[in-house]
Amino acid sequence: MTALWLLVLLPALVGAALCLAPRVERLAGAVSVATAAGTLVLAIMVAMTQPTAAVAFLAIGGFTMRVDGLSAIIVPTVAAVTLLVVIFASRDIREARGRFHGLMLLFAAAALLTVVAGNLVTLLFAWEIMGGTSYALIGFWWRDGHRLASGTTAFVTTRAGDLGLYLAAGAALGGGAGLALADLPNAATPWRDLAAAGLLAAGLGKAAQLPFSFWLSRAMDGPSPVSALLHSAAMVAMGGYLLLRVAPLLEATGWADNAAAWIGAATALLLGAVAVAQRDIKQLLAASTAAQLGFVVLAAGLGARSGGVAQLVGHASTKAALFLAAGAWLSALGTKQFGGLAGAARRWRLLGVSAGVAALALAGIPPLSLWATKDAVLTAALEESVWLYVVGLAAAALSAVYAGKLLVAIWRAPDAHTATHLDDAQQGTRHVGPAESVSVAVLAVGAAILGMLVLPPLASAFAGTLGETPVTPGIWELTASGAIAIALVLATARWRPPEPRWATGWLGLEAAVYRGVVRPTLRIAASLARFDDTRVDLVVDHTASGSRAGARWAAAADDRNVDGSVEEVAARIRRAGRRSIRPQSGRLHHYYAQAVVLLAAVVVLIVVVGR
Amino acid sequence: MLSVIVFLPLVAALVLMVPTVPDRVARWTWVAVATVDVALVAVVWANFEQPAEGQLAFSERFQWIPGVGSSYYIGVDGLSLPLVAMTAVIYLACAVYSLRAEDRPRIQAALFLFLQTVSLGLFVAADLILFFVFFDLSIVGMYFVIAGWGHGNAARSALKFFLYTFLGSLALLLGFIGLYVSADTPTFDMVELTRMMPLQDNPLVGGLVLAAILVGLAVKTPTFPFHTWLPPAHTDAPAIGSAVLAGVLLKMGTYGFVRIAMPMLPDAWRDWAWVIVIVGIVSVLYGALVGLGQRNLKRMIAYTSVNHMGYVVLGVGVAGLVAASSDAARRVAVAGAEFQMVSHGLITAALFLLVGVLRDRAGSYDLDGYGGLAAPAPRFATLFAIGAFASLGLPGFSGFIAEFQIFSGAIATAPITAVALLGILITAGMFLWAIQRLLAGKTRGGSLGFRDLSRGEFWAPASLLILSVVIGVLPRIVLDVVDPATTVLTELVGR
Repeated sequence: MTALWLLVLLPALVGAALCLAPRVERLAGAVSVATAAGTLVLAIMVAMTQPTAAVAFLAIGGFTMRVDGLSAIIVPTVAAVTLLVVIFASRDIREARGRFHGLMLLFAAAALLTVVAGNLVTLLFAWEIMGGTSYALIGFWWRDGHRLASGTTAFVTTRAGDLGLYLAAGAALGGGAGLALADLPNAATPWRDLAAAGLLAAGLGKAAQLPFSFWLSRAMDGPSPVSALLHSAAMVAMGGYLLLRVAPLLEATGWADNAAAWIGAATALLLGAVAVAQRDIKQLLAASTAAQLGFVVLAAGLGARSGGVAQLVGHASTKAALFLAAGAWLSALGTKQFGGLAGAARRWRLLGVSAGVAALALAGIPPLSLWATKDAVLTAALEESVWLYVVGLAAAALSAVYAGKLLVAIWRAPDAHTATHLDDAQQGTRHVGPAESVSVAVLAVGAAILGMLVLPPLASAFAGTLGETPVTPGIWELTASGAIAIALVLATARWRPPEPRWATGWLGLEAAVYRGVVRPTLRIAASLARFDDTRVDLVVDHTASGSRAGARWAAAADDRNVDGSVEEVAARIRRAGRRSIRPQSGRLHHYYAQAVVLLAAVVVLIVVVGR
Repeated sequence: MLSVIVFLPLVAALVLMVPTVPDRVARWTWVAVATVDVALVAVVWANFEQPAEGQLAFSERFQWIPGVGSSYYIGVDGLSLPLVAMTAVIYLACAVYSLRAEDRPRIQAALFLFLQTVSLGLFVAADLILFFVFFDLSIVGMYFVIAGWGHGNAARSALKFFLYTFLGSLALLLGFIGLYVSADTPTFDMVELTRMMPLQDNPLVGGLVLAAILVGLAVKTPTFPFHTWLPPAHTDAPAIGSAVLAGVLLKMGTYGFVRIAMPMLPDAWRDWAWVIVIVGIVSVLYGALVGLGQRNLKRMIAYTSVNHMGYVVLGVGVAGLVAASSDAARRVAVAGAEFQMVSHGLITAALFLLVGVLRDRAGSYDLDGYGGLAAPAPRFATLFAIGAFASLGLPGFSGFIAEFQIFSGAIATAPITAVALLGILITAGMFLWAIQRLLAGKTRGGSLGFRDLSRGEFWAPASLLILSVVIGVLPRIVLDVVDPATTVLTELVGR
């Protein structure tokens, strides 16, 4: 249990300290590598002991962590890739190293917590910290305003999906099942459907599935080690992981599983086409990440966890290797355009061979990892629907094409144009160190062998860890897909694949979202701001000026009417007073006469009243 | 004990009114008194035990105006203690922030100490007249802060603030009198009134009295459409004035909901719950969208207050939808609302303290007039970015704990309230866009030659944000105090 807490707290606390402590530049890399290494040891420990831990947090749910068969596989994967990426980055990143490594460790802590989260509170807590740190990492070079803008796009887009987790939490509470992820299938309908919809949205958003995929393209503005971690074993992978984790819930609804399967298959196909059309190595890898995660999401929809997990793990290793290789070439040659990368693989042999192996794995060439894992998923798809299988197979064929394109680009001999592309992104160092090459090589080994997880003899033990019976792809399917992959890779060496414009521009998704959502929102915001200033406030100001006008009128009325009547009364009294003086003439006979009149009046009054 | 906490700042304020006190002494006296108050509140917190229902902890009571059944009656419970603590902390942050203040520091310190007494007094008041007196004095104090130390169109903004919120307080007074006359034995004792629930079986008068109280509180909170005094007041107020206004004074409105309106008029509250919920949702979305449309950073943050207070109103409104859901869901929504009051106080006060620096250095809050500020002012940039993420509800900060509870409780009660979720998406876009325009890119405009934060300017907002992280990661610190009180409150509303 202590190991489980440390697994999260060690990278989190060291990361926070590196971010905030001034003047740790020189030490940052070493501290970071040591921390990541310690985290890997802890990860292996918790994978073996599978502990749980919980502490009181909110009234409706504690802070709970648990390691089961599924997370026991993913936790070491995340930790291992983190360590290799951090080793690479300790050489590759040369400015603001404290901030960089601090954020990387914080990010890794959040990703690890995402994997071991036992309920929705804990999951969301980790999930959004992962999003927040990814923003800061993508926008790491903030002096280029557009890079931070890319971070904003990534964060806001994935947060749109994250709203689904808030929805799911409300639904879980309303459905009476509690917030524990494992209990969600027991929620009452329609709450269960609401929870499934929310989790599906969150998973698809983070996994860069359709229609969210475009943020991944923008995320490539981050440093390459960031891409290597975010888009292989963490962040994007976490989207796929979440859907695998809640696959029983998706299945229980009867519709969410189909939705996930089809969206995954469609993403694998369409983003595969996008990848084929790219000429920038990082953009190609990004599109291929979304496409490869499509197979994971497909597996989650099919309930084929072992195939999905194997695909996730194999892809993590493969893609981390390729992103790091791309980063090494970017630092050395100053470019990420295929035009400038010609011969890059020949120039630095270990790096080139490692990247080549990873690219072959990505292509689905036997006996490398993704060949087997993809077929494990496709076998499950065939049991569900032939169409799903056909779409998946087509997507697999596309991955052979784009991986082939990548292979050709880095291995072909440089030509006259190559030099013109050098240093078009940044000033290259023309140097690749051993730390960089070795990191990539280790990952390439993983990319080569991890397919064993779904092949005999390991398959049944692996599936058993996940509590499943193994779905081993048939010998014919394996042969067929392998043959297709080899044929297509060879074909791309001969013919250039097409690059249609719709695919080059990532299906126009970002532009469509901008036109359809962002711009209208900004317009509404601007007009509401005007409305607030001119209309709502006007009511208030009019009330105020109205009451001032009213007061002026009252004051005038007061002067004219009220005070006027008072003056009038006073004047009349004055006149009456003047008149009343007249009888006081000072002459005695006048007084007698008045007294007689008064007396007579009194007598008359008494007579009248007395009767 | 509570009386000492409340009136110690007032005593210090009176001393500082003596013209011969030097400025330096005045500044440090302010810091010292605010520190002592924080320490005393910490002692109260440490010794706090949840009072039995219908009682208050650390209560004190003296006769005051026996003729109308009003007494000097103060005390704390789980609803007020977190706000008392937040208030003391924010005033201390303001004192530290002002250690370099040059503009009439002695009078400013006295005025803020006066305001501190008023604010603390309101949160511990257990008598409606006492509550009302503090409520109105806060308006008077803040008027002088804005008019005296503000900038731009300060006189007009201050007057608008004063008249608008003062009018609101009159509506509140009307409601209080309504409660007083309809009680079996007329009294202003809040605990008694909660027990008696006057107007329980009188939907018409009960509704009218609630309406008067709600309008009074809604102006102060503020909710849509009573919010238009807020942006000008904030824009023209000094940084510490904005921090206190948004951090502390707005909470007087929302605190009134949980302290007065809900427990004393549960019947009417349930009848009108949907209206309150809708006002909350509209405030959330409207505040977020109008904030997104601002170019003036300080106005933008002012509108996020409308948005954030909208979540509070949503949470307390949901508590009245008794028929719709389980107690657990309503409890968690109220707990979230209460947590949001504290969280918003800390975070927004920090943001206003930070943003105030912009005008001090470059004379403008206009976002388009800056760019690349992170280069000359890394400390400012770090804190502002952290504050922005705190305000947009990133986990790890207190706002997440608040909003997660409000949303899950609200959605479990009425799924339609999920539309308010868009609020956290829009605020995310708004803050990140602001960060991008202000901090990133090439250094230009007002950012050129920008002097970074001084020590006081750094530590005042930094400590507020650290507190936000502490209670965001370890929410039990606050929730152990809040949860029992909100459980009682939810039961009271369900009566």
